[in-house]
Amino acid sequence: MKKLLAVLSATTALAAGAASAADVSPAIIFDMGGKFDKSFNESAYNGAEKFAKDSGVKYREFEITNEAQREQALRNMARRGSNVIAAAGFAQEEAMRTVAKEFPDVKFCIVDSAIEDVPNIRSYTFKEEEGSFLVGMIAALKSQTGKVGFVGGMDIPLIRNFGHGYEQGVKYVASGDEVFMNMTGTTPAAWTDPTKGAELAKSQFDRGADVVYAAAGATGLGVLQAAADAGKFSIGVDSNQNWIHPGSVLTSMVKRVDVAVYDCYNSAKDGSWKGGHEVLSLANSGVDFAMDDNNKPLISDEMLAKVNDAKAKIIAGTLKVEPYTP
Amino acid sequence: MASPASSKPGEIPGWIYNVILPILNLLAALVVSGILILLIGENPINALWVLIQGAFGYADNIGYTLYYATSLIFVGLGFAVAAHGGKFNIGGEGQGYIGGLGIGLACLYMGSTPWPIVMLVAIVGGAVCGGVWGLVPGYLAAKRGAHTVITTIMFNFIASALMTYLLVDVLIRPGQQNPESETFAVTSQLPQVRDILLNFGINIPPNPLNVSFVIALLCCVAVYYYIWRTRWGYELRAVGQNEKAAVYAGISPTMITIISMTISGALCGLMGLNVLMGDQHRIVLNFTAGLGFVGIAVALMGRNHPFGILLASLLFGALYQGGSQLSFDIPVLNRDLVVVIQGLVILFTGALENQFKPYLEWTYRRLTRQSVPQSTKEA
Repeated sequence: MKKLLAVLSATTALAAGAASAADVSPAIIFDMGGKFDKSFNESAYNGAEKFAKDSGVKYREFEITNEAQREQALRNMARRGSNVIAAAGFAQEEAMRTVAKEFPDVKFCIVDSAIEDVPNIRSYTFKEEEGSFLVGMIAALKSQTGKVGFVGGMDIPLIRNFGHGYEQGVKYVASGDEVFMNMTGTTPAAWTDPTKGAELAKSQFDRGADVVYAAAGATGLGVLQAAADAGKFSIGVDSNQNWIHPGSVLTSMVKRVDVAVYDCYNSAKDGSWKGGHEVLSLANSGVDFAMDDNNKPLISDEMLAKVNDAKAKIIAGTLKVEPYTP
Repeated sequence: MASPASSKPGEIPGWIYNVILPILNLLAALVVSGILILLIGENPINALWVLIQGAFGYADNIGYTLYYATSLIFVGLGFAVAAHGGKFNIGGEGQGYIGGLGIGLACLYMGSTPWPIVMLVAIVGGAVCGGVWGLVPGYLAAKRGAHTVITTIMFNFIASALMTYLLVDVLIRPGQQNPESETFAVTSQLPQVRDILLNFGINIPPNPLNVSFVIALLCCVAVYYYIWRTRWGYELRAVGQNEKAAVYAGISPTMITIISMTISGALCGLMGLNVLMGDQHRIVLNFTAGLGFVGIAVALMGRNHPFGILLASLLFGALYQGGSQLSFDIPVLNRDLVVVIQGLVILFTGALENQFKPYLEWTYRRLTRQSVPQSTKEA
């Protein structure tokens, strides 16, 4: 974690040179999932918390509950003197474009959206397909049955991108392997339904899968639990979830939303903040697969070598992972 | 002091039930919320003040309050129409969602037409789509005896599945990941009150209040007229109060149920007028955000009367807007606590609405005993 952060902050610090520390008053706006969703929003929260701890600067926060609040929340933050405002989630894009025009002196950051044409918006997107590709390889290498599963949260393009990368990774290892894909639902409740996640995982096990990848927020916790109960393997997402069921969670596809939020605040603090679009990928550790003591016994050196080889190829650009295009 | 001449001695006048009782219930909810806030370690008086200021303090806050109220009026009226016919429509969420599709398509495909014309088409589109979503459960209830509580809630899921499919795979704006449609042309967006006021030189901060508020008020009048001033409304109430008696009066409960559920769905379907055409200016995923369910509480609290629904909508609009302001100013009182406060209001005004009734009647009799001494003798 420290290393990852160091890489990102080092690059921004280089660009900053000897810029004087600006007075920052940060704010964060979480999406409808809520601050403690054990996943995307919580990762953003961790980034903000880390910044608060490192710098001693307090931040304002707000959790969205309906569409009309998006603009309102951004505007309220700006009016009350917040000068660097981060928003988690692509759904904030339109609201942010509107409000950013009204407050040209305020710095805005958005995670999971690509905005390049507004000077006071810094946007971050992740190459989820790359990280998912690698965990797909691990799944295929581990699977005995040649069948692996994927449980998504709400059926939106972003989640399909996880599944798309995963499938490519599986097929890269064993082109004949079968991938079962299930989405939990079509309402935001799909992010917070561990029971249904467990049911979907069980049905995939019944069909012969022995590894299942959950990209479903808190719903995924049910998937991991079902895998642990059935003696099968699972793959976590967003945060490193290897510790939840050691011996059953093969690995986790980490998506460093916290790094993006931290970078947003920290660059504003050291004066290196600039608008534009930042892509976080395998190359800059924005996405990765998690290895630690909890999953070391599950991944053989041979498997690790193959995955690291593919990782190097993706970073070098010789191996292309296709993103999902709506 | 004494009760009006028309009422019998000792009888409780209507304003006790319709004015004093709801206010008492609301106060009880606020007191319990206050205790909760006190337990969390904040000052409840201060919190209440922030909430009221947040809902009514500034022009833009009032705008937000009325904006939420607009959506709630549509759903509340929709629920009330079905309720008068004895049907419990909890499908307002899905009917509003699908109605939004009709409204959105009208706006998307009528690009450069002036907004009043687009609005008329959108009203028809929203009412037809929402109406169909009410018609099917209505038909199933009338012809097959399927309970509307079950069918309408199932239709909510069908609506969200359909809308997710359409927004993710069909209507999505190309070249990006956010499941939302293209932005409506400027001409097919409803004017916001802020823009109208700008023409008169009054500049208020941005807020989403728009012309659809007027449509909602017109719907209140129309629903009142329909339920209490037309033959159809009479038939509707007759079926709602006693279906068998209605049959003897020559009324067809089958037709009435189907018609009332359709009208109910159509009214709910107009919610998108406010949210999509008036504010978001595109079709977005999950834009109903639970307002379809809160509309039920609004109708129950407003006793299924359009004027009551209007007042209850204002109250819940204020709770929504004041509540979000509350979690801004006092972050400890986060959105979950705001939901708790809303829940308490619903609990005390809905489920426990008659909690204080006996005490209130007793107090009233005590207070009026001296001024009407004869009544006590007769009793």
